[in-house]
Amino acid sequence: MNIIFKIWRQNGPTEKGELKEYLIEGLTEDMSFLEALDYLNEALVLKGEKVIAYEYDCREGICGQCGIFINGRAHGPHDHMTTCQLHMRSFKDGETIVVEPWRAASFPIIKDLIVDRSAFDRIIEKGAYISARTGTAPEANALPIPKLVADKAMDAAACIGCGACVATCKNSSAALFTAAKINHLNSLPQGKAEQHQRVQHMTAQMEAEGFGSCTFTGACEVECPEAISIANIAEMNARKLKANLLG
Amino acid sequence: MKLNSKVPEGPLEDKWRNYQLKSRLINPANRKKLKVIVVGSGLSGAGAASTLAELGYDVQCFCYQDSARRAHSVAAQGGINAAKNYQHDGDSIYRMFYDTLKGGDFRSREANTYRLAELSAPLIDHFVQQGVPFAREYGGTLVNRSFGGVQVQRTFYARGQTGQQLLMAAYSQLYKMIHAKKVQMFTRCEMLDLVVIDGQAKGIIARDLTNGNLRRFAADAVVLATGGYSRVFRLSTLAIGCNGSAIWKAHKKGAFFAAPSFTQIHPTALPQSSDSQSKLTLMSESLRNDGRIWVPKRQGDTREANKIPESERDYYLERRYPSFGNLAPRDIASRAAKERIDAGYGVGRLKNAVYLDFKHAIEQFGLDTINDRYGNLFKMYQKITGIDAYKEPMMISPAAHFSMGGLWVDYELMTTIPGLYAIGECNFSDHGANRLGANSLLQASVDGYFILPNTINNYLAGKPNAQVPSVEAPAFVIAEERVQAHIDRILKVNGNKTVDHFHRELGKTMWQECAMSRNKSGLVEAIAKIRQLETAFWKDVRVTGHDKEVNTELEKALRVIDFIELAALMCTDALQREESCGAHFREEYQTKEGEAVRVDETFLYVSAWEYNQGDFKLHKEPLHFEFVQPTVRSYK
Ligand SMILES: Cc1cc2nc3c(=O)[nH]c(=O)nc-3n(C[C@H](O)[C@H](O)[C@H](O)COP(=O)(O)OP(=O)(O)OC[C@H]3O[C@@H](n4cnc5c(N)ncnc54)[C@H](O)[C@@H]3O)c2cc1C
Repeated sequence: MNIIFKIWRQNGPTEKGELKEYLIEGLTEDMSFLEALDYLNEALVLKGEKVIAYEYDCREGICGQCGIFINGRAHGPHDHMTTCQLHMRSFKDGETIVVEPWRAASFPIIKDLIVDRSAFDRIIEKGAYISARTGTAPEANALPIPKLVADKAMDAAACIGCGACVATCKNSSAALFTAAKINHLNSLPQGKAEQHQRVQHMTAQMEAEGFGSCTFTGACEVECPEAISIANIAEMNARKLKANLLG
Repeated sequence: MKLNSKVPEGPLEDKWRNYQLKSRLINPANRKKLKVIVVGSGLSGAGAASTLAELGYDVQCFCYQDSARRAHSVAAQGGINAAKNYQHDGDSIYRMFYDTLKGGDFRSREANTYRLAELSAPLIDHFVQQGVPFAREYGGTLVNRSFGGVQVQRTFYARGQTGQQLLMAAYSQLYKMIHAKKVQMFTRCEMLDLVVIDGQAKGIIARDLTNGNLRRFAADAVVLATGGYSRVFRLSTLAIGCNGSAIWKAHKKGAFFAAPSFTQIHPTALPQSSDSQSKLTLMSESLRNDGRIWVPKRQGDTREANKIPESERDYYLERRYPSFGNLAPRDIASRAAKERIDAGYGVGRLKNAVYLDFKHAIEQFGLDTINDRYGNLFKMYQKITGIDAYKEPMMISPAAHFSMGGLWVDYELMTTIPGLYAIGECNFSDHGANRLGANSLLQASVDGYFILPNTINNYLAGKPNAQVPSVEAPAFVIAEERVQAHIDRILKVNGNKTVDHFHRELGKTMWQECAMSRNKSGLVEAIAKIRQLETAFWKDVRVTGHDKEVNTELEKALRVIDFIELAALMCTDALQREESCGAHFREEYQTKEGEAVRVDETFLYVSAWEYNQGDFKLHKEPLHFEFVQPTVRSYK
């Protein structure tokens, strides 16, 4: 396959960026999208040019590092998929593919396609944990958790923190990310004691980081690799109301 | 130097308690004056950093990813073992210990292995308390499944995301302590050298990957939790960034390297489909609980799988290992697949795969049950291959997966450099020559949460007046200069080959000569090739850009040259060990039926290698089996 890539190049956070065009020939349909970029980078090195900076690690769809905007969609043309799971068979020979970094004020660009998502970590820092010390736990089965509750917690816990929800949202809202974590912990008995604080502190941090507010367009759910439901956001809002009343 | 494993006195079941009773304590007021560096924020590193911080130490934690949450532990799918005997199927700490020791082909230390089993049950309690959504029965009790190499159900899991869920728990504890200002986290920061002062580990040199600046960090002790190095094969199930650099640099500063050549080859990865491939994807081993593995009985059979009748299928694992069948341990299952593939029975476009078939399981349990158990794996398989595995069998193939070798550590998880600890996959300790499925998340977690925080006191308490050295100390200055010179040297080569070229070449040699099976002439040749590759790297590599910026190519180059050096040690180790055990299958040592032949009279020891100016000197830690007699490892 021959592909024309239009890729965002930006040398540093404060520098100006632009889309640059690259033609690559000889790709195969079996290649993953990231392998196609690897291939392009090898060619750039041999030409003496700087490589395109992009991120990835596990290439198994789970580490959440490989977020890229492809042809105007987070992680490319498919619903519920990470960039590393995307294969060139999803594109046509001769196609032009536009590749850009996540665009959100709270995710500043570091270089080329790499953005800084540490705002997510700071939201986690504000309460996405259960305050128990190591080595103090009671016997695990002493606290039964019905399957339906555990499954629901797991549905929310599946979030991989890739940031596609923010990138795809017209308001750059981090509501899906934050809601997923809150609902995971708040729905479990272990998380109940700190539930009100958790929702208040985490949502406050989300706002402080400059993420926009949620207007329920549902775009995030479509792009989320784990298909985390936007019902989580409604639930978070309800929890927040309750926390404000009772907290 | 005589290796002292520091295994405590007494019966197996009392050793850990005896150790704890005797180890020294440090008063909380003094702990906050002590600084500990933890390199790595996977399960082992995050567990250690947060627990040390809870204890009151002043902790700095490092990872090369943008967030601690992305450490490679996140990718583990299958599960974590614990001897809880919830299924009432005869499990116990002793049985788990025995399975692990036997699974590792009696090449691990009894006391460490027992402690691993002993601490498994409280670890599950601990994770449940942290909010890990493990799979549950309707009534709310925890579910278990069985995993390769054992006949009891002792594996706990959270759908196909066990590693992610455990890491999220550890990461959230870490961020709790960051919030409490007890841990300082350095993301996108890669350790490039260890600083040793008066023979003791006192700090690291790290590169800030966002601007390329080198930084010096000093501490009273350094803990490496940097994960596995099986990316030495290039194609593996490991994350692309996984590397051996931190432990390799520590090795070059005096830490012994144990059992470097013991690499686990996992039987259930997706087959390689082209030369441009960057990694192999793992399909969870749990699939082997219900999937049946087969190849056609006729060589080179090109019919579609569904067109091949039952009578013409060879369920070779069930045939060769009737009592374990499809649950045979990983080394056995991988080697048996290689044997069939090499003999011309492989399937798929490149004839490099075997079938993993769910037809019978779907008939027996129904589609819903199978979907409930493995749905996400089937989905993932379809995303990558385009094949619907509910309708036709999956194709799987062996892939490099886990490093049983690593830095040599004693019972306290301390390396041969005082003050330097290694935890999780980067040490050699508990798995012997083969790791049983679902034991690694366990080891990483207990090392980080339970063991290290108890043993490090013993060292730190011995240094009441010691002070964290200044980063202006000569050892720091020299170490930083050397790192800078190394980087400059790479950038100056400006040759004609990419870093990936060297990695691919290295991977091919290692996969052919030092993976599932090895022989003397192949290994000798491999060492020569690796040395040539090393020379060629310094002559021909090209890295563009400069070092004071984000330079992903430079990051890769630094890791690949370390892999090349490490590969030479791996082959040296494989060559020296003239026996077959676990993952180490020397073709010269096998029975007529192709089963491994262990040579206990000569090789009942851990090989611990000392770095010696580019060469390697062997030290031996004899293995004493006080409580279990090594037997022939048979799964028939
Ligand atoms: C695909 C896959 C599936 C698996 N499934 C299972 C399973 O089901 N059950 C099981 O028990 N085991 C499984 N394993 C094995 C298990 O996941 C690992 O052995 C374990 O998670 C290792 O944990 P760790 O803490 O030692 O290292 P990791 O989680 O790899 O963490 C390494 C850390 O070190 C950091 N680091 C590395 N080098 C440097 C450096 N130079 N400077 C700074 N930081 C550095 C990284 O950033 C990272 O934070 C699986 C492994 C793979 C590859």
